[in-house]
Amino acid sequence: MTDQTDQDTDLGFEDDQPAKTGARSLWARKAQKFVQSRLPLIPDDTTASRALVTVIAIMTFLATLTGGGAVLVYDASKGWDSSISQEMTIQVKPVLGRDVEADVRKSAELARSMPGFSEIRAFTNDESTKLLEPWLGAGLDLSGLPIPRLIVLKLAGSPRPNLEELRRQLREQVPSAVLDDHRLWLERLGTMSRALVLIAVTVLGLVLTAMALAVAFATQGAMAGSREIVDVLHFVGAQDRFIANEFQRHFLKLGLKGALIGGAAALIVFFLAGIIASWWVASLEGNQVEALFGNFALGAAGYVTIIVIACGIAALTGLMSRSVVLRRLRRVN
Amino acid sequence: MVRFENVGLRYGMGTEVLRDISFAIEPQSFQFLTGPSGAGKTTLLRLILMSLRPTRGFISLFEQDVSQLDKDEISAIRRRVGVVFQDFRLLDHLTTYENVALPLFVQGQEDRSYRAQVVELLRWVGLGDHIHAYPPVLSGGEKQRAAIARALIVQPELLLADEPTGNVDPTLARRLLRLFMELNKSGTSVIIATHDLALMDQFDSAKRFVLGEGRLHIYD
Repeated sequence: MTDQTDQDTDLGFEDDQPAKTGARSLWARKAQKFVQSRLPLIPDDTTASRALVTVIAIMTFLATLTGGGAVLVYDASKGWDSSISQEMTIQVKPVLGRDVEADVRKSAELARSMPGFSEIRAFTNDESTKLLEPWLGAGLDLSGLPIPRLIVLKLAGSPRPNLEELRRQLREQVPSAVLDDHRLWLERLGTMSRALVLIAVTVLGLVLTAMALAVAFATQGAMAGSREIVDVLHFVGAQDRFIANEFQRHFLKLGLKGALIGGAAALIVFFLAGIIASWWVASLEGNQVEALFGNFALGAAGYVTIIVIACGIAALTGLMSRSVVLRRLRRVN
Repeated sequence: MVRFENVGLRYGMGTEVLRDISFAIEPQSFQFLTGPSGAGKTTLLRLILMSLRPTRGFISLFEQDVSQLDKDEISAIRRRVGVVFQDFRLLDHLTTYENVALPLFVQGQEDRSYRAQVVELLRWVGLGDHIHAYPPVLSGGEKQRAAIARALIVQPELLLADEPTGNVDPTLARRLLRLFMELNKSGTSVIIATHDLALMDQFDSAKRFVLGEGRLHIYD
């Protein structure tokens, strides 16, 4: 046979550019070769393929939404932990027969005499009344009500204050004062956030399992529909590994496509949620919600989590299909 | 190269469709496999291709006991065998060029290394103008030629062809037979299953394997 290379350009082939071996690593070329098969042995543009891309996109969207939500809750719980555990309060209740102002002063003095606090601030009666405004409304005369007074103690970090001693002194000298280190509140918040993260991880696991099953069924369907292709490949000497690679490449492409769509949609949702939350936080209600639940904006860790989940879903799709194909080929043989 | 000893095959609990088949295919030999429709020609080719396992007897291919081969060894042997199926078995979503290049692609060769070879073979079988056409738009004869080109592209040591001239005109049939004979001269053993007597008469020196009622008769 004579060399026809010179005539190839007339035959409508898309000639490859000369390989730039120096510029690209061996692994990069291997990866490109893996993703770009010259012969599309498994047909791409089928109804089943498009349906699977849609399913993977939806599953990826749900999974990344759940994963991003878990990161938000985790970040918020860390925020509660760090801000609340750095503060404690002494609550002085108005008691008949006792001078509440004197009790407040005495309580603040006792706290100041104790090392470990960086700042001690006693709320005035007006300030304490204002704290109730979000619940009771503004402009009300609350002078007739016995409103507790608060003293906020900020921890210095080191040394740790002796809280038991402070409690004992308050009990003896100001019986109407109670020291609250928020431990109970912190424990409840911690339990709640751990439960939320656990639920999110469980939902993520369920979504991934459902997706793996969808891919397994799709692979079996694709194999049944490609029986002729598999037979021909066997007859021309293809090994099972080669066939599995072809299916894996096909499903990896579909997985990447679906994961890209679903992951991008989730990123957009979180991005928009962050913008809307930043507008809303300017209001009084938004301020309170932010104080309780933290900021809705997803941080870098959240975005990385979404990208990792999306990439993981694409990889899972490829590996799942490979496993199904190899198992089925073993059975056929 | 191929050796059958007392090979029998039955499907399920039915009667044997092939009985006590014994023959040997020597290197660089040429043989026609003939017999009435349903005699088991295709079944015999499938046994050689290892897509069926015999229910009894011994088969060896390229000096290897077929019953002892693992899957990778079977694949390696199939790469030394070219096959033309009666129903062509072209992949409809691949172009004619891609179908013919498939065995080389499966062997891991780069497209650029075999492009000229594939194009020249396609021109030789008269499909030079259909390189980028898909099988559904090819005629029966064109599909037949594409299937033959796919079998020949690897320059196989053994060629199995099931009715390779069934869908082509007598002129092209003669041309294809000449191609098989040239291939045979260059070292390939050829087995052509056919019931085209005119085709067989063009190559009198070829052995004739005649299948009838499950048994094989060999005429030199």
